[in-house]
Amino acid sequence: MPNAAPGSLVAFADAPPAPLAPWAPGRLAGLFRRDPPAAVAAITLAVIALAALLAPWLTPYDPTQPLDMAAGAQPPSAAHWLGTDLASRDLLSRLLFGARVSLGISVVAVAVATIVGTAWGAVAGYAGGWIDRVLMHVVDAGLAIPRILLLLGIVALWGTLSTTSLVLLLGLTGWFGASRLVRAEVRATRERDFAIAARASGASPSRVLVRHVLPHAMTPMLVAATLGVGQVVIVEAGLAFLGYGVAPPAASWGGLIGDGRDALGTAWWISVFPGIALSATILAINVLGDRLRAALGAHQLHAP
Amino acid sequence: MTMPGRPGAGEPLLRVHDLRTYFHIGGAVARAVDGVSFDIRAGETVGMVGESGCGKSVTALSLLRLVDPPGRIEAGSRIEFEGRDLLSLDEEGIRRIRGNRIAMVFQEPMTALNPVFTIGDQVAEVARVHARASRRAAWERAVEMLNLVGIPDPRERAKSYPHQLSGGMRQRVLIAMALVMNPSLLIADEPTTALDVTIQAQILELLADLQQRLGLAVLLITHDLGVVAEVTSRVLVMYGGQIVERAPVRELFRDPRHPYTRGLLEAMPRLGRQRDRLAVIPGTVPPPTHWPTGCRFRDRCAFAWPRCANEPPPEYPVSADHAARCHLVDEPARAGAVAAVDHTS
Amino acid sequence: MARSCPVPYLGPHMAIIVLKRLAQGLLIVWLTTTLTFFLIHAAPGEPFSGFLDDPRATAEMRDAYRGRYGLDRPVLVQYGRFLASVAAGNLGESFFYRRPVAAVLADTVPRTLLLMGTALVLGFTAGILLGTLQGSRAGGWFDRLSGGVAVLVASLPDFWLAMLVLLFFAGVWPVQGFSDPTLGSTAPFATRALSVVRHLVLPAGTLALLITATVSRYQRAALIDVLPNAWMRTARAKGVARRGLMFRHALRNALLPAITLGGLAIPALLGGAVFIEVTFAWPGMGSLAVQAVGDRDYPLVLAIVLLSSAFVIVGAVAADLAHAAADPRQRHA
Repeated sequence: MPNAAPGSLVAFADAPPAPLAPWAPGRLAGLFRRDPPAAVAAITLAVIALAALLAPWLTPYDPTQPLDMAAGAQPPSAAHWLGTDLASRDLLSRLLFGARVSLGISVVAVAVATIVGTAWGAVAGYAGGWIDRVLMHVVDAGLAIPRILLLLGIVALWGTLSTTSLVLLLGLTGWFGASRLVRAEVRATRERDFAIAARASGASPSRVLVRHVLPHAMTPMLVAATLGVGQVVIVEAGLAFLGYGVAPPAASWGGLIGDGRDALGTAWWISVFPGIALSATILAINVLGDRLRAALGAHQLHAP
Repeated sequence: MTMPGRPGAGEPLLRVHDLRTYFHIGGAVARAVDGVSFDIRAGETVGMVGESGCGKSVTALSLLRLVDPPGRIEAGSRIEFEGRDLLSLDEEGIRRIRGNRIAMVFQEPMTALNPVFTIGDQVAEVARVHARASRRAAWERAVEMLNLVGIPDPRERAKSYPHQLSGGMRQRVLIAMALVMNPSLLIADEPTTALDVTIQAQILELLADLQQRLGLAVLLITHDLGVVAEVTSRVLVMYGGQIVERAPVRELFRDPRHPYTRGLLEAMPRLGRQRDRLAVIPGTVPPPTHWPTGCRFRDRCAFAWPRCANEPPPEYPVSADHAARCHLVDEPARAGAVAAVDHTS
Repeated sequence: MARSCPVPYLGPHMAIIVLKRLAQGLLIVWLTTTLTFFLIHAAPGEPFSGFLDDPRATAEMRDAYRGRYGLDRPVLVQYGRFLASVAAGNLGESFFYRRPVAAVLADTVPRTLLLMGTALVLGFTAGILLGTLQGSRAGGWFDRLSGGVAVLVASLPDFWLAMLVLLFFAGVWPVQGFSDPTLGSTAPFATRALSVVRHLVLPAGTLALLITATVSRYQRAALIDVLPNAWMRTARAKGVARRGLMFRHALRNALLPAITLGGLAIPALLGGAVFIEVTFAWPGMGSLAVQAVGDRDYPLVLAIVLLSSAFVIVGAVAADLAHAAADPRQRHA
């Protein structure tokens, strides 16, 4: 900038970062209008989330209350739309509360994973050199260990997990993929003009990273987070299925499926209905994540 | 359908009549090729010249029906080759012509070869596809063709992969691939554009040599008039999806009648000429969705007058084998004091 | 195209790649080992407190443990000793079985490999074929229909799908176990082998179905990516028929991402195998791991985790080699 006023370069470093906001309301609404499957998926998820939130008011029965122990597991009927489980508790109520558990745990775990992954990937991508290599080797190691086996190993060592520990563990074992995506985006953005300009005008590396480069990583973060929720839901369900989920009598969907395992031949509904709910949720998440990735510019997602 | 076979003396090898290839995108129609007619005789080399966007590449692709939707060859077009109507053939029929009777070479040698197969395999594939040759026979033919196009040590080189070859070599391989089945017509779409000048000269020499030896007809598409002067016997100048001038090459350089042709010739930088600035044709090519009414060149033409806007010019004959799509041929007085400049030097 | 699929040229360039991968593998095993070690120490209470107080542990075992892990020594010394014992191949002794871990694993590992291997081969083959068919006529009815089904199947939790299969086929086809328990070891080999195959069908089939669904999505995308290339047009212009265009020219290039995917998918596959094995009672590493967790048999569980990581590395090396075999550009770079 020839002949610029002396203070103007400093002002540039303070200037607001390049506008991005891929989730700006108008843009997302446009996406849904153009893409029916994405819209259907989003609506499905919204309904499920709403049901989970409003569960205490929606459930006809207390999910932990056995109703008629003598009768045992009952098939679906007018009184119990989804039947009852082996301990004679209304399945529909348990299903709704199960949604709270499954989704609640998954969302928080993904939040943890996204934060850790973003920080890790951003530092690696921005710093480059040996820092990058070391950090990414750790990521490679993390990706090489089958997640469920690692979690089982920890469960074996630590005994039953409190819900907080479960959430933290799920988050801390699931951030590797997100870090790769963020690192790729940060690396690409670092070399773009506005970032170089910001550095040239004296902004500190951390400032450039946070204010100027990181906002561009929002797109891959959003996609990674969406798909990450789907992955965590399955992993948590798997753990619960094996008996290592939240403490009874509360149960996530996976736990409900596990409950019905031994009675599969006689009381199929105990496992089948939670499975349908689980599958529908994951399907909706996958479709939404896929469409988001396509719509928000696949070209923006650089190969990790 | 007439009996296929080599045409008798005097019959053109290829007859293109009123070819129109339009692209239907959204609501708009891009008239990339808009009424192109020409003939090619056995053994002759015809050049097709024009800037990018004039429709020459689409014309070439249309000949082999390689234009994909939303592009479409419009009804009323005729393409006859060796007496056969190419547009009425089914998919299998046209497939048998491709690479066999008519072959095509494209302009990006760096990306035009499949990276996972050896060059020998890719050349041999033509023989296996069209002549059902055995692996060994096809491989032998491939080595023979690689030798023909001047690749050193062809038997060894045939086992190498495209990424191990330079651009010039790859273009030779593509030419070899095109000639495996001894086609009657070779279409070369800007074969030298992506290459260095020295390599360009080599490839052109190769094409000229092969054409003589094999009696091939060649349709050479290029934007470079220098290339045209070297290799062709007849030239078609394209602009705005149409042929605006056609003439034997010497005559075109000696007496260009269409202002666009003159502009192209003037724009060629030349040693020995004193100029302060390079001559350019003012303006840019209009989009094919909106060709101007009347003469399509009028917005860039120094001579345009109202008739040019109201009446699209037909191809006026200048002499027996020279025609130009310009009202100046009809009203030479309008050309004013601008004298003909001899460009044969 | 015999000349295009020669034995891969395993020259110096490839050797470097393999060595790099192996070094990376060692690094990963080391990181995993370190991670598990510190997890042990981070567990509530004293390390192995659950074990040391466990009435099943004999005095010899307790002493062996104290010795091996140096529980009364400073942490770093313990770490060093732990590393040393792992490096020496000593994976400890199973609490439950009272035998060296290696011996316990010896039976189960081949069974898991059989299951996973079969599922991988079936799943990848079907997935690649399906993805290629879908991509070659993208947007057509077959693509949309089978694509929708694939997305659906890929979203199903593996253990639940396994349960549905169980529900469906119970009584009609063997759904539990490795082979017919009534067959003694005196039965002819062919009969026993056939029984194993029959028991393999459902678990491997379920796993393969899930693999097909995911692989087909990737393969479809890979094929669509490959189609606009200039050399596709060259092939078309020289008269190659549609089948040759898709299955020889396009697919050969589109396989490369599939191979990479294969390497990356092994961790997920191992995880999936756990649930399949548990549901179908297939006596492999996965069901052993779950059982060991229930038994608090730490050495066994940890050994399985380490072993799985090793498999992942082997898979990654294999994928690299396969990639180089398929992509000539990589061999000569």
